[in-house]
Formats: sequence, structure tokens, C-alpha cells
Amino acid sequence: MHPAILDLMLEKLAPSCSEASISPRMLVLSVPATAVLDTARRLKTDFACDLFLDVTAVDWLGHTPRFEVVYHFYSTEHKIRVRVKTRVPESEPVVDSLLPLYGAAAFMERECHEMYGIVFRGNADLRPLLLYEGFEGHPLRKDYPKTREQPLVSYRK
Amino acid sequence: MNNSTVAARATIPIRAASARNPAFEYFSTKKDELVGWARKFSLFPYPFVTACCAMEFMAVSSTPYDTDRFGAALPRFSPRQSDLLMVVGTITHKQAPVLLKVYEQMCEPKWVMAFGACATSGGFYQNYAAVAGIDKIIPVDIYVPGCPPRPETVIDAIMKLQDRIARSHHPIITENF
Amino acid sequence: MDQRVETRLPNPIRPAFERGRRDDEVVVSIGPSHPATHGTIQLIVALDGEKVSRVDVHCGYLHRGFEKECEDHTWHNLIPYIDRLNYCSGLVNDFAYCETVETLMAIEITPRCRYLRTLLSEYSRIADHLTCVAASLMELGAMTAFLYLVMLRDYVYEHLADLTGARLTYTYGRIGGLARDLPEGWLDRLDWILGQYDTFVGRIHGLLDRNRIFIDRMRDVGVLTTAEAIDYGFTGPMLRSTGAALDLRKDTPYLAYAELDFEVPVGIKGDNYDRYYVRMREMDESVHMIRQLVDLLPEGPISVDDRRCTLPDKRLVYTEIESLINHFKLIMEGPLVPAGEAYVAHEAPNGELGFYAVSTGGGSPYKLHVRSPSFVHMGGTHRLLEGYQLADIVPTFGSVNMIGGECDR
Repeated sequence: MHPAILDLMLEKLAPSCSEASISPRMLVLSVPATAVLDTARRLKTDFACDLFLDVTAVDWLGHTPRFEVVYHFYSTEHKIRVRVKTRVPESEPVVDSLLPLYGAAAFMERECHEMYGIVFRGNADLRPLLLYEGFEGHPLRKDYPKTREQPLVSYRK
Repeated sequence: MNNSTVAARATIPIRAASARNPAFEYFSTKKDELVGWARKFSLFPYPFVTACCAMEFMAVSSTPYDTDRFGAALPRFSPRQSDLLMVVGTITHKQAPVLLKVYEQMCEPKWVMAFGACATSGGFYQNYAAVAGIDKIIPVDIYVPGCPPRPETVIDAIMKLQDRIARSHHPIITENF
Repeated sequence: MDQRVETRLPNPIRPAFERGRRDDEVVVSIGPSHPATHGTIQLIVALDGEKVSRVDVHCGYLHRGFEKECEDHTWHNLIPYIDRLNYCSGLVNDFAYCETVETLMAIEITPRCRYLRTLLSEYSRIADHLTCVAASLMELGAMTAFLYLVMLRDYVYEHLADLTGARLTYTYGRIGGLARDLPEGWLDRLDWILGQYDTFVGRIHGLLDRNRIFIDRMRDVGVLTTAEAIDYGFTGPMLRSTGAALDLRKDTPYLAYAELDFEVPVGIKGDNYDRYYVRMREMDESVHMIRQLVDLLPEGPISVDDRRCTLPDKRLVYTEIESLINHFKLIMEGPLVPAGEAYVAHEAPNGELGFYAVSTGGGSPYKLHVRSPSFVHMGGTHRLLEGYQLADIVPTFGSVNMIGGECDR
């Protein structure tokens, strides 16, 4: 059984999403890439989803659009979680940044960018965070081989 | 449990290259024993700590596994002041230049302990991010297996390293003495 | 002497600023090999005398490619990687992950497993908080307190080694249950250790709570307001020290927490002293919960009797062909998890630890992502450090409890 607030949210938000459902523990919304910032703003102002948990991406290699960017939010008032998913193509993997709404977006978007190559429009600081300067490629994409190392220091003989 | 191995270090020979007069050899051996004894019981580790092995490093430095009994407890967090580089935890490619810089900043004599499976061989992180063993970057004197190694294994490693220091040649004035 | 070819080593990072806001500020790099930054964080700090004016936090020096490794292993095989995320409290990670996969497979764990997982999660929480407080006290110079707390933590480690086989990286959770049941006498030893806890922690309180030097160093340093904390995504003791009583164990109860009687300690000002005190009180609450759980623990099987994920009994594997094939398939292909996605979050000692798993029906995950609290805290740490003294970086950073394995994955 899920809290009643989820039904209310489903009713209010479903018209603007391509798909909306209630999973065992959370509301899941699929929105087009251009609507992400608006949906997040509505979630924050209307439904008190004040804690930005996570942004990550899934690489569906072989499908178009290739990348699925997944956001998770939590409402400290209603104690519910929301997942927002959007698809972006490989040719233009651009999504709006959530930095105007949440300060936590800074680091998480940097990580998503360096791992998958998703560009967050509006986040000026997309320097490598977990990887290092000089690393080429995006390692969590399915076509990056796991064992391709790019050493910074040459090995001893 | 007590199965640390000692790496071959291809630098300082155990004894002087050419034969010298027996009195010189006698004094040289005695000097080596004295200096070896002093050096082995006053190791100043530089704990280059990164990952989970740090917890076992903390455990081995404190009660009840105390490394202070072996003289190897006082860490010196400056490479200029330490002589044992304990690489504790996984070294990634991002961290590798830092490790090399710290190693080069240490003065002779210096020893390196590869603490844990990740420092020895990369552990089970065989991917784009982790260096598969720090001996690809710096020479290692003693490898301590375990993920993380039990404190007793670490103490065994320190004792084996101390034996090695005691037996090796310590040129302090010239290359031969 | 080993001859080196390079004369200049490459710089793995690009700092956000080359100089401070004013011309006479000095830019210093603290880390990444530094005792107070837990060895894997680099802070580029612009200093105006002793005052910190700007901080740029660089993590990633322990990025071990956890997510990429997980895609190559079966759902069972990757449990050792899960332990090494927040290695101070390995069991919490295991159980959060196992619950994620169990949600995807729609498995309900047995009652004994549920209570035991709760008990061990709280036990791990005690170990983590002991480590955090001990390390930050040692960095302040309180060596005695460090030795007391590490002695107690050693009892906990040896005790868990009796149960799981390892002191630190347990790999004890299994999908559908646990690896093995409690050995004889484990609960009696647990009782003894909880008694020792009262003695040791009582000494720490006596040494530190009203210690003038400790208060001067920790009070009003690293202050965080609730609004700022939530904006930066902080959870766990960091958020609770600001005064917000938000705890997943109370708000969205999981495992057996709904049946336990415990309080959620909160701080008043959001400074270092509050974080220290919230952690100490949380340990007390954990001990209280463990004592209740020992009484509530039911008898019964540890793992759910489901062929899709539980390894069959060894005697059957050696005698029956069906069990042999089942065992073989579970090991070689992995448990077949139906297609779908799930996000499950537990209240880890650092905050909300969430696992987001995407499955395409196979024995390996298509994607496994960790929402790690330490990483998110690093995003907001610059707010805690700016405006304070250089020497305040050490206690503030210690109170954030950044665990490298979790932050960088």
C-alpha cells in the first residue's frame, strides 16, 4: 500500500508526462527531455520534494534514443520518493541542469557527465570529478571496454 | 595467516663488490649489524592510506596489536621524515602520480610495504580505474596479502622486513662502508 | 636507486581557481595523501592568512570502477564489491543491496533474517560511528580517546569475524537471506561487548563532553543550517545535527525498525560538536535497539526457501541431480532477476544509502548505481569549510565522515 499523496501526484502530473506509474515504493514519471526542469520545479514547489537524491543514466546500447537519464527525489514532508526518467539520443545528449533548484546537483551532474557524456545545460562546471584530466572517453558507456586503462604514470620495467 | 612474501629489490648488494682486507670486512660487517639493528627498530612509517585497509592499519597501530612494540608506530606524515612507505589500500590511476611523487620525495634508506591485496596486485579491481599492483610504479620490499590483512599478518610482515633490514648492507659513509 | 624518466608528473585535476579572491591570498593544496582528509580527498584552499576564503573539493582518488565491475559479475558475485563501499559498516551495504534485488525478484525474507539483519545493521552502525569519532578525535590530538574507541571496535570486529569469517569486509548478506546462522554463544558475547560499550563510551563522555579545549575547537565550527543541508542533499547525522529529525528508519521503516522503540537524536546548531554528540547518542540508541532485538529474535530458517536465489544445502548438492543443477546454474549464470528497476535506500551510518538496480532479466545487472551519502556530502563540504580557520578544516572534515570507498565508488 502506498501513501495517498502518490495518487494525488499521479493525477496532477500524469497529463504532462508520457508515462506515469506507481511502483511498490515510489512514483515513476517519464518525461521528454525538455520538460525535466519544469517537472522538477513542480515537484519541488507543489509537492515538497526538497531533497534531490540522485541523477544517473542508463546506456541502452542499440536502442534509440540511447541514454535514459534517471532522477530520484525525496520529500521530507510527505516521506515519499519520486523517480523521473527521460530519454536523450546519442547525437545530442543534452538535458537541463537542476542546479538552479538544488545545490546537490553540482557534483552529481559532474559525475553523470564524465561517466556517460550527458551534457547538463546550465551547469558551467562539468570538470572530471571521479576521473582525471586526460582521461578520454566515458567509461560507463557499454562500448567502453572495462579493462582499457589510461595510465598517467608510465610503468616500470 | 603468516605468509607474507619478500620482493627482490635489485639495487643495493648485500656485500661490497670486490674483496678487501679482512679487518675492513670485519668492521664493515659489525657496522652493518649495528646500523641494521638501529634502523630496523626505528621505522617511521608514512601511511599512504586510501581504502578499507586503513581500518586494519588503525587496528594494528593501536591496542591490542600495537606496532609500537616493534618501533614502527610513530607515523610521520611528511615523506622527508619517514623511511617506510606503507601503501595501504587501492591505488588508482588518478592517485598514481601522487604516490610516485611521495616515493621520490623520501630519502634513502627507504622501504615500501604493499599493504593489502589491492596494493599488491590490484585485488579484484581489474578495470580502467585501478593500478594492478603498485610495483608497476614503485619498487616494493614486502607484500602483505589479505583483503584486508589481519593485524597479525601485518606484524609478521613488519618482522620479516626487520629481518631483511638487519641482514642488508648499510653504506653510511662511502659506497663500501 | 630506481631511475625515473619523467621529470614532471602530470596533474590529475584542474582546480576551479588559480588564485584567491584577493591578490594576497595563498592557494594551498591539502591532500590527497593527507592524514586528516582520510587519504583520498584533495582540498584546494585559498587562504587569507589563517582564514579559509575559498575551497575546491576534489574527490575521485579512490574511484575503483565499481559500477563497471558490477556489470561483469553475477548478482551474487558482486557482493564483495558492495562491502567495500562504506567499509566501516560493511553489513549495512550488503543488506541494502540484497533488499534491492529481493524487491526486483519479489522475495519476502524470513522473520529471523529480518530481525537478524536489523540487529547486524545496528551493530555495524556502532562500528562505523566508533571509527568516525575515534579518527576525528585522534586528528584533534585526543589519542587516549582514540585508543579506547578502537579497542572497543576491535571487540566488535573479532565478534563479527566469529560470525562471518572476516573482520572488516564481511560478504555476509545473500539474496534471499544470509550466509550462515549465529554460532553458539554469539549472543552471550554480544551481551558482554555491550557491557564493555557502556564502560568505554562512559570514559569518552567523561574526557570530552565538558572539556574546555574540545568545546572551543568544535562549538560553532562548521555550522550548517537545515535549509542549506537539504539543499545540498545531506542526510544522516549531518542533517540531524542541524535539528531536523529525519531518519529513514522512522520515516519509511524497513526491516524490523517499525517494531522497535528508539529515538532519533538531533542537534541544535549544526556544528561539529553537535555532529559528535549526535553520533554518540546514535550509538546509545543502537545499543538499546540491539538489546530489544536479542529478545525479539525468532527461531526459524535464515534464508528463504526459493530455488531462484538460495543455494541448496551441500548434502543435497552432492546427492541429488536437481540440486546440483540448481547450484551450478546459480553460480555460473547467477540468479535470474526479472526485468525491471528498483531503488531501495537504507539509513546507513552516513545517511541515505540507495541502490538503483536495472535488470534485463539476466543473471548480471544491466546497471547498478549507488547513491552514496559521502559523495553528496562532498558536494556541500565547501560550505562547511569556508569562512573558518585553516586548523578548523581538520575537525570539520572528520565530522563529515567521508568514507573514500563510498564517495568515489
